[in-house]
Amino acid sequence: MPEPDPRSQLPAVQHLVVRYAKRGKMRFASHRDVARAFERGVRRAGLPIAYSAGFSPHPKISYAGGAPTGAASEAEYLSLALTARQAETQVCQRLDAALPDGIDVIEVTEEISGAPKGNLEASEWRVVLPGVSPAAAEQAVAGFLALGEAPVERLTDKGVRRLDARAAVVEMNVIDADGIAAEPDGGQRAAMTGHEDCAILRMVVLQTAPAVRPEDVLTALRDGSGIAASSPPLTTRLAQGSRALLTGETRS
Amino acid sequence: MPVESVFPRLEPLLPRVRKPIQYVGGEVGSVVKDWDAADVRWALCYPDAYEVGLPNQGIQILYEVLNERDGVLAERTYNVWPDLEELMRESGVPQFTVDAHRPVSAFDVLGVSFASEMAYTNLLTVLDLAGIPLLSSERSVVHPLVIAGGHAAFNPEPIADFLDVVVLGDGEQAVLAVTDLIRGWKRAGQPGGRDGLLLSLAAVAYVPRFYDVSYLPDGRISKIVPNRPGVPATVSKYTVMDLDAWPYPRAPIVPVAETVHERYSVEIFRGCTRGCRFCQAGMITRPVRERSITTIGSMVAAGVAASGFDEVGLLSLSSADHSEINEIAVDLADCYEGTNVGLSLPSTRVDAFNVTLADELSRNGRRSGLTFAPEGGSERLRKVINKMVTEEDLIRTVTTAYASGWRQVKLYFMCGLPTETDADVLAIAQLARRVIAAGRAAAGRRDIRCTVSIGGFVPKPHTPFQWAAQCEPEVVDARLRALGGALRADRAYGKAIGYRYHDGRPGQIEGLLSRGDRRVGRVILAAWRDGARFDGWSEHFSYERWLRSAESALVGEPVGLAWYTTRERDYSEVLPWDHLDAGLDRDWLWQDWQDSIAPEGAAEVEDCRWTPCYECGVCSTMGTEIQVGPTGVRLDGRRLLPVVVGR
Repeated sequence: MPEPDPRSQLPAVQHLVVRYAKRGKMRFASHRDVARAFERGVRRAGLPIAYSAGFSPHPKISYAGGAPTGAASEAEYLSLALTARQAETQVCQRLDAALPDGIDVIEVTEEISGAPKGNLEASEWRVVLPGVSPAAAEQAVAGFLALGEAPVERLTDKGVRRLDARAAVVEMNVIDADGIAAEPDGGQRAAMTGHEDCAILRMVVLQTAPAVRPEDVLTALRDGSGIAASSPPLTTRLAQGSRALLTGETRS
Repeated sequence: MPVESVFPRLEPLLPRVRKPIQYVGGEVGSVVKDWDAADVRWALCYPDAYEVGLPNQGIQILYEVLNERDGVLAERTYNVWPDLEELMRESGVPQFTVDAHRPVSAFDVLGVSFASEMAYTNLLTVLDLAGIPLLSSERSVVHPLVIAGGHAAFNPEPIADFLDVVVLGDGEQAVLAVTDLIRGWKRAGQPGGRDGLLLSLAAVAYVPRFYDVSYLPDGRISKIVPNRPGVPATVSKYTVMDLDAWPYPRAPIVPVAETVHERYSVEIFRGCTRGCRFCQAGMITRPVRERSITTIGSMVAAGVAASGFDEVGLLSLSSADHSEINEIAVDLADCYEGTNVGLSLPSTRVDAFNVTLADELSRNGRRSGLTFAPEGGSERLRKVINKMVTEEDLIRTVTTAYASGWRQVKLYFMCGLPTETDADVLAIAQLARRVIAAGRAAAGRRDIRCTVSIGGFVPKPHTPFQWAAQCEPEVVDARLRALGGALRADRAYGKAIGYRYHDGRPGQIEGLLSRGDRRVGRVILAAWRDGARFDGWSEHFSYERWLRSAESALVGEPVGLAWYTTRERDYSEVLPWDHLDAGLDRDWLWQDWQDSIAPEGAAEVEDCRWTPCYECGVCSTMGTEIQVGPTGVRLDGRRLLPVVVGR
């Protein structure tokens, strides 16, 4: 008996880039959790998503490296392949409404051919460190930036991974808490830690392989200067883009 | 007064645990209602991990039924894994609901749905983390009522001391009856205190504390009698007679976390009268009540649109037995042609599967696993258990499946069934080889597979085998080893046949918990104090801990682990669940048990859907009747489809 033909699928005619945020409780979603939510979200929204061919068709959604589980983000990216052209604003609205609160669609733009993900070479992160005084943080940052290298170890499912945290950090400074309380996320944590010292770091970190995460930088700060948060730090990715774009902006 | 969320205290713990997403709620389909606008508040608990509990149909149905009512609020709570339990104890964070992170102790009711006896210790973890006294007798009017339901609550005696109320049978109407009584009692100023409420609930449900159990010197039960006037001598199960009037879940909860079933499930009928003698579900859920093809169609259309799931599960105890299963499968596959939504039948009888189902289940490009359960390896043994499936049925069915493009078929068996010999189990190897040979011929290729999955049989209450001696775990293990050897023996088939088995020891503990009486509660408490958690998970289960606990908790009693498990009971023995009525006539069950072990060979029982009533007792005592189609109605594909933009 001949092999049954894989189901044919409609071709993709439009590629959209979706910028979304991971906020509040949804910061605890892993990459796979977010992917599952989007696969269901596009179907709930009734979007004409393209599928891969074969016996086990998958919706054509591709994800740029997601923020780690536990980190919030204002700048996550993925792209969707659609089988019928849609208005970007429509997709933005429908998709956002179909996703759980906290996985929020911010912007949808047509993908210009010539992979935009190549531009996501760096991330700007903000890290709230409860229990650390801004002065101690300033000192730790200065010490870290003066280092030639900052070897750290991280325990992963595959064993201990060794990284140079310093090499990936392009910029790092201590910023004011002003304004954070007014943001959609982060306000809650800022209020919680309002009574004690609380330093806020901003850093621009290059996408390297293996990836250096903000937590690796914090490990290096702790190893170097002994600063450590009294409860888990709240990490938020504020932006992704080219190194030039992110370091050109000053937020402090 | 509003109840505060524990989330600010929980949040700092979450970065330190595995899979924190399971604890945060916020799923599509979840509901957070105004606390103060509700006067009856339920915390619904599935006593296992979120990944297992979230897809549970019972909880999802009751959650929706309750939340649809004004003035009633329902939230969900699950067991936290030991890593979070430890941190919660350190920081004093109580058991919480995932919906609004309210402390479970603030609710009026903690409703716990038991699908398995192995979750009994998980109940104690939930109670303890909630700050609710473990023993019903130590609770006061400030504590939630602890109410159990589900299949594993049909003999709640082992956990009777930990429960206030037990509901038998279908929950949809029962939770509303309980809600009304609680509301009335609260509005009237809580007359009689907690006892007063329990007395009024004793009219609609089982309140264990109002029954005294006495024992004979040899350890058997002497009698179980009410200790209050007005409390009924026996308690009956609830039966929802019109499934079309209860089309739940309508808007299923869609998890962000990964769970064991990732699909929209609709129950296509409830109950089963195939009469498999080992099957508690088939006995306690009688009679068969079909949901109509039209209701199934509209539930699927709405459920898929609301959830975004890409798989529809047509649930029941034996889905291919629906009187219009072919029409349902054809019409739904028509509706979803081209949308990459697939159908699955999680429970399919070998003799009811057919070419139409094979085609429709695979039409949308995916072939989810195909599983059949012959249960017994030899024809003789299948007669004993009344699983009337012949070897020819099985070969014909797998041939159809392999010819339709499936490469993999799973076959489920049980080991340790009454009258079973080594030869009955070894016959499974023979059967598996025939399956592969037939499959290779039908598919015209050699790379097809078949997986044999086998576990130890546990006799269950309210079944004909409730009197049976459970097979010793050592015997089960020896037979499983022998079967493994036989499956590997023939090189021509070795790699084509997979083998999965569950060893006999957890089954013996499940047997203790299934047919135990109130004295077993002490064993459960001892095991939990000794660290028992997630006993249904092999990586957490400890046989030694249960042996230890049974020994210490039953010291001085004439009973023990073997007495509860490997001992055959006789007709006259009072069984711990004799006062709990699933409708089955005790004499009919006894006769069916005798028929199964008759020396001249087992007598079989037909399905009463298609043959005259054999008076199992359910319909006559419960005032119910079989409800099956066909209705003759077909589904209009285009009208069912949710709107898709741009098509």
